[in-house]
Order: sequence, then structure tokens, then C-alpha cells
Amino acid sequence: MEYFLELSCSGLVRASIYALIALGYTMVYGIIQLINFAHGEIYMIGAFVALIVSGVLTIYGFSGFSILVLAGLIAVIYAAAYGYTLEKIAYRPLRNAPRLSPLISAIGMSLFLQNYVLLAQTPDFLPFPALIPDFAFMEPIAHIMGSPELVILVTSAISMVALTVLIKYTRIGKAMRATQQDMTMARLVGVNVDNVISMTFIIGSVLAAIGGVLVGSYIGQINFYIGFMAGVKAFTAAVLGGIGNIPGAVLGALVLGLTEAYAAGYISSAYEDVFAFGVLVLILILRPSGLLGKAVKLKV
Amino acid sequence: MVDNVKQSVLVALWFVFLTFPLMVVKVNTLNNIVEWRWMNMLWVAIGAFVLSIVWRWAMARRQLKNKKAEIGEEELTQAGLWQRSTEDPKIFKPVLTVIALVTLVFPLVVDIYQTNIMVLALIFVVLGLGLNVTVGLAGLLDLGYVAFFAVGAYTYGVLNSFFGFGFWISLPIGGLMGALFGIALGFPILRLRGDYLAIVTLGFGSIAKIVIENWEEVFNGAKGIANIPRPGFFGAEMSITSATVYTYYLMILMVVFAIFITNRLKDSRIGRAWMALREDEIACVAMGVDMARTKLGAYAFGAFWAGLAGVIFAARNTYINPNSFTFMESAIVLSIVVMGGMGSIVGVIIAALVLILTPEYLRAFAEYRMLMFGAVMVLMMIFRPEGLIANVRRKYAGRKVVTEDANV
Amino acid sequence: MRKTVIKKLVMVALLSMIMPATGFAADTIKIGIAGPHTGDLAAYGIPTKEAAEMVAAQVNAAGGVLGMQVEVLPMDDQCKPEIATNAAMKLVSEGVDVVIGHVCSGATKAAMGIYKEANIIAVSPSATNPPLTQSGEYPNFYRTIAPDDDQGKLAATFATDKLGAKKIAILHDKGDYGKGFADFSKQFVEAGGKAKVVLFEGVTPGAMDYSAVISKVRREGADAVIFGGYHPEASKLVAQMNSKRMDIPFIGPDGVMGNGFLDIAGKDAEGVYATGPKDVSALAANQKARANYTSKYGKEAGTFFDQGYAAMQAILNAIEVSGGTDYAGLEKALKSSYVETAVGKIKFDAKGDAEGVGFSVYQVQGGQFVELK
Repeated sequence: MEYFLELSCSGLVRASIYALIALGYTMVYGIIQLINFAHGEIYMIGAFVALIVSGVLTIYGFSGFSILVLAGLIAVIYAAAYGYTLEKIAYRPLRNAPRLSPLISAIGMSLFLQNYVLLAQTPDFLPFPALIPDFAFMEPIAHIMGSPELVILVTSAISMVALTVLIKYTRIGKAMRATQQDMTMARLVGVNVDNVISMTFIIGSVLAAIGGVLVGSYIGQINFYIGFMAGVKAFTAAVLGGIGNIPGAVLGALVLGLTEAYAAGYISSAYEDVFAFGVLVLILILRPSGLLGKAVKLKV
Repeated sequence: MVDNVKQSVLVALWFVFLTFPLMVVKVNTLNNIVEWRWMNMLWVAIGAFVLSIVWRWAMARRQLKNKKAEIGEEELTQAGLWQRSTEDPKIFKPVLTVIALVTLVFPLVVDIYQTNIMVLALIFVVLGLGLNVTVGLAGLLDLGYVAFFAVGAYTYGVLNSFFGFGFWISLPIGGLMGALFGIALGFPILRLRGDYLAIVTLGFGSIAKIVIENWEEVFNGAKGIANIPRPGFFGAEMSITSATVYTYYLMILMVVFAIFITNRLKDSRIGRAWMALREDEIACVAMGVDMARTKLGAYAFGAFWAGLAGVIFAARNTYINPNSFTFMESAIVLSIVVMGGMGSIVGVIIAALVLILTPEYLRAFAEYRMLMFGAVMVLMMIFRPEGLIANVRRKYAGRKVVTEDANV
Repeated sequence: MRKTVIKKLVMVALLSMIMPATGFAADTIKIGIAGPHTGDLAAYGIPTKEAAEMVAAQVNAAGGVLGMQVEVLPMDDQCKPEIATNAAMKLVSEGVDVVIGHVCSGATKAAMGIYKEANIIAVSPSATNPPLTQSGEYPNFYRTIAPDDDQGKLAATFATDKLGAKKIAILHDKGDYGKGFADFSKQFVEAGGKAKVVLFEGVTPGAMDYSAVISKVRREGADAVIFGGYHPEASKLVAQMNSKRMDIPFIGPDGVMGNGFLDIAGKDAEGVYATGPKDVSALAANQKARANYTSKYGKEAGTFFDQGYAAMQAILNAIEVSGGTDYAGLEKALKSSYVETAVGKIKFDAKGDAEGVGFSVYQVQGGQFVELK
């Protein structure tokens, strides 16, 4: 039983991180039908900025908690800036192009950003400081769920709730929903569609950066390539849940994270990716639009 | 103009801010010091400023071109110089003869190193031509194409290490295995659309690599399969030099074969069905085209070529391991197809040669290779989405006279 | 207009490929240095290149070998087999006399056929895959590092004899090197009969979280972990073992024994065991070499520096002793003549392995790797 709990905890942690990144994918796709391949790199850049800031602050003698807050904040700001710039340079000019063009552009930006970080910093793995302190009250069950895991779960949950509140109850959320439903109509009723799209990218990037900082502290090391791996998994989660659908992204992330953890724990860790993709294929065969996706009725 | 300069200054400042942590700050945790690289900031500022000005100019030109197309003054994708010249027999024949001569004489005048690289480039040309049909003609976005490549390579490896099969027997088997896998993988995803298709094919590519890595008994896992024989000539033992030259000519034949088949298919029933599928799937089905057969045909065809290319890849390297079959290879082949011009055969060939040969020749710039690769992909999509050689369908609209003195 | 330019560039490109490669006709001894100099494994290949360049510079300043200057030709292979064949062919066409390389066992396997046909000897500082010497297929291959089965045996016997472990979990990164080490460890643990291998599993490098497999290790009741792979995965595993409060010993191969691991694992590294080349830092030759390096580059020499340095010394000595660079002469010299190098006094045995090099077990104590006697 304890083993099952350990695996479940492990699965939930993965699911939280995937969800944070998957939300970015799904929101962007919902609005402009683009797979933002470079989204994983935003997550990676968020982690790197946090690493650099905390490194500088440590050397200048700041204390633990303030480092966490400052590093997280600055990482989020920079991720938002990168997301915004990414959209402006690589996607906006291709707004009206055929489907394949922005996709290739996205793959190109993903490569570019990876190598940019590689050249600007280093190809090696860099140690990420453990910004999350160990809470004493977690000691008894530390072997099942440690403090970092708890923080990850709680932070992700709060972020997702915040996102839902944003989408449902604010003006900008309404504008985003309107643009997703029908871009032309939204324009006609006065919504500044360009700003809404930029905002979508920014929000997605903020979530990804939060994920990056959390994962960095949890694993203890980062390098320029982590974005790619996490990005593919998160994208799989988004598709699994129905791309374009926010609760779908969360559900997809849960299914994916838990499947991976249980497969690794009960079957074999070496094949965990195979199981993850296998589940994806299975679900897509049964429900071609994902778990919560709406079956798109194509009018001829 | 002044406005452009003002905007560019702002852009430069923005980029300085954006790249500050990564380019300027370097934390050395071992010695606990922070390295401030202010020179980088200067470079970023200057670079961003210059690029911004160039960018604005290029975008303005692009706007103009799009506007002109909208009002019908000019065609958006004009049949380029290449296509016009190939349709004119007076230019086409001599050009073709020169190219043929150069190709045939190539390995005899350059050393073995160049020939060997060229063989690799030609392998990617074949891969590009195969994917060209799946993505370019039929519009099926396949991000896991490398899986079929791996199938071909490992077919030869396994057949050779377990049964001692030689190259010539393994070649057609490799192609067939590729095609079979293409059908097998294509079957469950028939109902999927565009982006879902992309991620599932990506998944297949990953699964292929992982299975090869882990199934030790058959594939030898990460240790790879070594001592794979190079192509033989009726059982004669050849030195590495002759074998490489021999492989080169083999590849040329294969490329010609692939071009021939693809060309004929483009104008055939199934070729037109593929192009119809790409344009509008619903209409295609409504017109009576059997969607399942057409889609599976596209996959199988592309996978067949990948399988053949895989066998030759194994033979060239004499050693294969799973690390040669990652997503990066799929991305490279996809870039070859898109940058060459979707559906354009010549474009794909040129793009493959450029993408595979330039890193070898520019070994000095190896560090920046992937960076430039990414940047080029983005720029190509923005400024030349039709690819190097635009693939404009032949129109049958009255007589079109292409002569030197037509001043239309 | 643009299209004409493109066409012209293509023609130029095609034509320039016809230019035959020029080779030097000067009278020098050419040593090719093949290994990863770019890409994610560059940290394993660059120190050997630097070592060779240093030795060449010293020897040239003292008058060269047999009156000829030594020339070093670095050739990047990124540890990929297809690029390794390109690199090997390029070195052959440039007329190298001997090659130091390659660094990764996979790349070496791909390149050796080309060197064999060209009758060129290759001395590797780091390709530890046993069949490279033991299969007898590559008589022109030598190495200045002990093969992997030695390491695996050492790790296995250390775990069972010195640490008294009865249930051992063996993990690996599914790569050629890591799984090879894991396979050998398993083989020797089972052969020893004193302990059982309760878990043998591969982890996916670059995965986000290994807590599932760590939980599995605990569930099986293992009292020691042997891991085959490099320092990034090792540090993740060790960190997660600590966060799950698992206090069992962790043993890694020489891919873990290095500053990279200490740097990343930080305080989690304390107490970790690793096998590595016998500590040669007490040797005068080694100290001199490393001091030279630090004074030139301002930092510590990296992985395989000692072995690369030794390879270069061994080759130049062999050339001097045999009076030339022909294959038969060099083969005889390498196998019979002892040479003082940065890894000790070595010569090569009949199969190409170096005699006088071996592995030891190290442990992280106080933030540094300390050799255990």
C-alpha cells in the first residue's frame, strides 16, 4: 500500500508539472490553432533565469526565502517577456499562413532558443539551488511525500485555480474566451485580438516558468535540453485531454503523469515513455479529439 | 526612415533587457563569483539594432508583395526561374547534361572523404523525397519519420547478424519492412486530423527508438550492431575506397529512381488523390476518393523509401546504434521538405545537400550550426514559405508562350 | 533576381566540391586527435585534445621526434558513429600517421574498420568497451585505460566483500557505457555468489523524476545500489535517494567520478562511491603534466586528460624507438617498450590493453573524491 502511495505521489508531481506547461500549449492552440513547439524552451529559460538570479543573490549574501521570492518573480517576468517576443517575431507574421508554416517556425525557434542558452551559458548540467526548504512537519512521511513535492502540488493547484478565476471572471478572460470562439466576431465587437493573443502567450509563459522554477529546485539540476523533453510530454498531455480545452489539459496531465509513474513502478522504468505514448494512441483511437475535446463538426 | 530608426533603438533596448541574464551574467558556483560579460551586451544591442532595421525593410517588402497578390496584380507564388527554365527545352537539356556529368565524375576527382559525405547527403535526399510525398503531396504531417529509417537500418543489421544476409537481399526486405510499418502505423491514426496526427507520429518515433534501445536480444540495445558489411559487387571483396565509390553510384541510381517514380506518381490518379487530400479532406471524400487507401498509400510509399535509405545508412556506417534515430533526424528531414518547397523534387534535393553538407564543410562554425539552423527555419517560413523552389502546379489555361521576346 | 543568385550559389557550391582536398607535403609527424569536441559530450573529448597539443608543443620545442616536428590534427566526431566515419576518412585522407581516439566506444567501433584498412594505429584514452581489444578484430587498437569489465568486477566485489551487501539493485542509463558497466557488475555479483541482484533496470536519461524507480529499489529491500551511467543521472538518483531518506551505499563508474558530479550533487554527493582509474596524482610525471595545464589554462584538467597525455607520450616514444611511423615497427615498439607517462610506467599487452593501469574505488569524503586503499 505504501508503495502505491509513493508511486501516486510521484505521478501527481509529474502531473502537476506537465499540467503547468500543458496549459500554455492548450491555451495558445485554442486561440490561434498553433502548436507552440518552443513553449518547452520558455519553461527552460524560466528555470535558467531563476538559477542565475539565485546564484547572484547568494553571492551577494541574501537570505533563503527572499532568494526564492525574487528568483521566482524575476524568472516569471523574463519568461513572460520571452513568450511575448516569441509570438511577435515568429508567429505574428505567419498569422494567415497555411498550417505548416507556423509549425516549422515553431520548431525552428525551439532549436534557436535551445542553442542560444547553450552558447550563452554552457552545455553542461548546472546545479540548481534547493530553494524549497524542508518542512519539519513533513518528516514522518518524507519517504512518501517530501516537502518539495508538497510545495509543487500546492503551487500548481493554486496556479490552476488562479487561471480558472482569470478566465471565468475577469474582462481579459472574457476577451480570451471570445477570441477563442470566433476571432472575427471578437474583433467586430471591439476586442483587441492582437493584445489578447499576446496575453495568452504571456499567461502560458508565466505558468511554464513557475513549473521551471519548481522542477529546478526539486531535481537540483538543469540544462538547456530539459525544455524539449518536458515540452513533448506536456504537449502529449494537452492532446490527450483535448487540445484547446483547459480542464482537458489538466486531466490529460493527470492521466499521463499517473500512467508513467505506475508503469515505471509496476512494470519497467525503461519503457515508461512507451507506455505514455501508448496511452495517447489508445485514447486518440477511441476518442479522436481527446478526452474532453469537442468532436469538431466540419462543414463542407 | 527616422521612424524606423527610433523603433529599432527601442527594439535594441528591449533585446538588451531580454538577454541580460543569459548573455551578460555567468555565475561560477565553484569559485562563487559572478562574471559580468558587458561586451556581450554591446553586441546584443548593436546586433538587435541592425537586425531590426533589416527586418522592418524585409517586412515592408513582404507586405507589398502580399498586397499586390491580393489585388491580383501579381501571382503570390510565381513559377520561379527554375520551373520556367525546366519547361523550356532549350535551357533544360544543357543544364541537365552538365549536372549529370558532374555527378558521374564526382567520386573520381575528389577524395574518399568527400565521397563518403556525399553518400550521407544522398541518403538524406532519398529521405527527403520520401517524406516529400507524405507531407508535401498528401499533407500528412509526420513527425516520426525517423522510425521507418530505423526500421530499414535495423532490418539489415538484424538480418545480417542473425542470418548472415547480405546487402542485396536485405535492401528490398528493408524497403518492404518500411512500407509494412508505414501501413501498420498509419492504420490506427486514419481518423486523426493535422495536429493530433503530428503528436502521435512523434510518439511513434520515440517508441521506435526506445524499443530498439531496450529489446536487447534482437537489437543489441545501446551497444548497437557492428560489422555490417558494405554493399558488395557479386561477392567480390572491395577495399573501403572502392566500396564507398560503389555506394555513391548506388545512391545516385536510387535518387534517380525515386525522382522518376515520384514524378510519375504526381501526375497519376493516386498522386492527384494525394494532392486533393492535402487541400481539403472532406471534399476529397465527397468526390469518391477512398480516404483510407489513399492515406495508407502515402504513408507506405514514404516509409518504403525511408526503409531503403536506412539499409544503405547501415551499410555506409557499418555500425548502427539507437542514437542515430532521434527526433532531431525527423526534424531535419521535415526541414528539408519544407525548405525545399513542399512537393518540389528539385527543391528537396538542393535543400538536403545544403543541410547535410554545410555542417561538414563549415566544421569551424560547428558550435553555431544548430543556432543558425533554427534561425534559418524561422526566416524561411516568414519570408519564403513556398520554399527554395516554388512548386506551382501546372495550369492548363490557354497557350502560354515562353520566349525571350515576350514582354508581358 | 534573388532566384538567379540562389542558382549561382548552388553552382558555386557544386563546383567547389570538385576541388580536391589539399594535403600538406611537409615533413612532419601527423597525429590525429579524434573525439567529441562539440556537442553534449565535448567535456570528455576536449581535455585529450589539449593534452596532445601540450605534449606536442613540449616535444617540438626540444627538437621534435627523429628530427621531425609533431603536428596535431583535431577532428570532431560528436560521439556519433556516422560523423566518426567522416572524421576517420578525413584523417586518413590528410595522411595522419597515428590516431589518438576515439573517445566514445560506439564512435570507435565505427571508425576502426577505416583505420584498419589504412594500416593506422589508434590509441584511445577512454574507449573502455572490452571487445575492442579482446575480440581480436581490431589489432590496430590500443588504449591507455582499463576496460569496463575490470570496473564492473571491482564494483561488484567491493559491494559484496567490503560493504557486505546481500541484495543489490543495479540501475543503468540504457546507454552503451552505462549498461555495459551494469551488465558486468551483475555478472560478477552473480558469479561471486555472495549477494543477489534484486533489481536490474534502466532509467531514462533526462527524465524529470526518478522517484518511481527509487521507490522500487526500496520495495525490493536492496541494501546497495550500483549504477552505470554518467554524472547527471547519478546526481539525480542520489538526490532523490536522500530525499526519500534512503541511506544505502551508491556505487558508480568512472563516468561519475569527477568534479561534474561533485558540483551538481552538492551535499548529496557525500558518501557516494565510484570506481575510477587508479589515483596517479602522486606520480611526478602526472603532477608535472597537470601543473603545466593549470598554468596554461587556469583551471583543473578535465576527464581523460591523464589518459590522453599518456597516449600521446606512448605514441611518440614508440615512434622514437622504432625509428619511424610504419605499422609493424610501431606495433612492436608499443608492445615491448616501457614508457614513463602521466599514468605511470606502461606498455601494451598483446591485445592492446595497457599494462600498469587499473581501477580503484573512491568515496566522496568532505566534498572530494578520496581513493580507498
